[in-house]
Amino acid sequence: MTNLQTITSYSGSDDILLDVQNIKKYFPIKGGVLKRTIGHLKAVDDVSFTVKKGETLGIVGESGSGKSTLGRVILNLLDPTEGKIYFNGQEISQLKRKQVRPLRKDMQIVFQDPFASLNSKMSVAELVEEPLLVQTSLSKSQRKERAIEIIEKVGLRADDRLKYPHEFSGGQRQRISIARALIMNPQFVICDEPVSALDVSIQAQVLNLMKDLQDDLGLTYLFIAHDLGVVKHISDRVAVMYLGKIAEIAPKKELYENPLHPYTQGLLSSIPVIDKSKKQREKIKITGDLPSPANPPSGCVFRTRCPKAHDRCAVEQPLFTKKADGHYVACHLYT
Amino acid sequence: MSNDPVLDVEQLKTYFYLDEERVAKAVDDISFSIYPGETVALVGESGSGKSITALSIMQLINKPGKIVGGSISIASEEILTLSSKQMEKIRGNDIAMIFQEPMTALNPVFTIGNQISEILRKHKKLSNKAAQEKAINLLKTVGISRAEEIVNEYPHQLSGGMRQRVMIAMAISCDPKLLIADEPTTALDVTIQAQILDLMADMKEKFHMALLLITHDLGVVSEYADRVMVMYGGQIVEEAPTSKLLELTKHPYSQGLLESLPKLEEDVDRLGTIKGTVPPAYDFPSGCRFSSRCPFVMEKCKQSSTDLKKIDQDHFVRCYLYENGGSEE
Repeated sequence: MTNLQTITSYSGSDDILLDVQNIKKYFPIKGGVLKRTIGHLKAVDDVSFTVKKGETLGIVGESGSGKSTLGRVILNLLDPTEGKIYFNGQEISQLKRKQVRPLRKDMQIVFQDPFASLNSKMSVAELVEEPLLVQTSLSKSQRKERAIEIIEKVGLRADDRLKYPHEFSGGQRQRISIARALIMNPQFVICDEPVSALDVSIQAQVLNLMKDLQDDLGLTYLFIAHDLGVVKHISDRVAVMYLGKIAEIAPKKELYENPLHPYTQGLLSSIPVIDKSKKQREKIKITGDLPSPANPPSGCVFRTRCPKAHDRCAVEQPLFTKKADGHYVACHLYT
Repeated sequence: MSNDPVLDVEQLKTYFYLDEERVAKAVDDISFSIYPGETVALVGESGSGKSITALSIMQLINKPGKIVGGSISIASEEILTLSSKQMEKIRGNDIAMIFQEPMTALNPVFTIGNQISEILRKHKKLSNKAAQEKAINLLKTVGISRAEEIVNEYPHQLSGGMRQRVMIAMAISCDPKLLIADEPTTALDVTIQAQILDLMADMKEKFHMALLLITHDLGVVSEYADRVMVMYGGQIVEEAPTSKLLELTKHPYSQGLLESLPKLEEDVDRLGTIKGTVPPAYDFPSGCRFSSRCPFVMEKCKQSSTDLKKIDQDHFVRCYLYENGGSEE
């Protein structure tokens, strides 16, 4: 529990929008004839962090790191197994279904695949206006007015309202998803791999749009992605997740220039970069595959792939250590 | 690079006849060669025709698609005129291919050992036992430590990275002269991607193959390719040795691609973008195919397009901006 204290002490002031404390999400694994629970898949295992108003916290991790599950727990789409989430100072992790609904206005999500996340039988107007229909008592003409406003804001044309999702390219569909997320004027948007299905030239358009909207509307983002370049571009702070845990969290510049956790170091040096001078960087290789989250290694979860693992790593779980202002790392090398 | 090319593609055209009126010119008049031991990257976004180029070389184009023109030779032997029986002998033997999604490329109902030894029995006429033994050796070569157990396992029991190693083992099983890898690491995590790319580079050295690497990732290109061809709208728009292409980028599309990448090593507030989207292959603009998105578009670009022109001994560009031997106006 010490990691909670260290992380929250980093800020602890009024400008905190989201405060996640010791969140765990375990999925039961059923087996046998009686379908009894025979184990747990620890998708998110004791994660704590805060997000300030107006900032973007990037969450990076490979598949299976628990980053998407974390986003869904925060949005109340999944109930946490343990832990607390405060949004604007209000505890939201224990709310009943009915109590959650007003909250949905303030918290929205943009999903990865704009082909799967938009109902193909609804026109853009219906898709974008649907949240207004559910959440507000606006009249038809008011809804239309508001929808046009937001559709133009995300860079589509007002007469695109009458078209259907299949008439748009991937990048434009992602703009529709963003319009749908923003129509209620949320404070907080979780972006779950919003650009990873897009080509680079389109990805850049959508990333620029998201930055502009953040400046315009004062949005706070939790940006979940596996692409370290994309996360670096959009985030103010970055948390690196591995097997359900945060390995390292730091302001962007600090994390990319001075990564401390061997996993972060390995991750950064695994990315093929366009090195115009072609000078060979020293590569830190991460060997092997991600262990199963149903049966994570004892002690430090990264130790089975860590080039710097030592005896202590197998027995003791590393706690967060503060290495610089806002820079925390969970690794025995620094304790 | 030595003597004769392993692969020589001349004016290849692969069209898809969608209906009465619409013809998608997915690959339209491309020519290139790959020499022994070379790694050549084919770069482009979705819809640029890079995968269709690979499938055309393998002659795996199905209706409504058709190779309508050009020639493809492997080690100076023309393969477009071969019968499908003869082509079967070439495929897997002289040229092998690795696909993006190893789960769909492997057969879920056969064991790994079964799938590798099938190739060896067919192409190398090995006995069952010999083929199985060779399969185990191949798996060890591609860095799978539990090879004896893995041969008896099914694809779903392996992770994505392991499956791609199996695909590589199958690809190298008959010592191909050319290995085509179509987005081999796009479905994998970065740490695994690095492992697989390094393995492919090792195998290329060890088995003296040439490698045609199809990718959208310019980072991968920069670290692994000797030479790059950038494709847009079914055509090669720029070709040069990797370092030259990345440093002296000429074509507006290649420039746009590079600028739209988020960089790890520098901070930019806004990314460069290429306006609009890739037009569908049945509806390219007349004239230069990039003219509808090009920031430097001129009147004549909308009327006609130019050829891939040499602007330097090994640097080729298809753009009116460089018409007079590479001097920018």
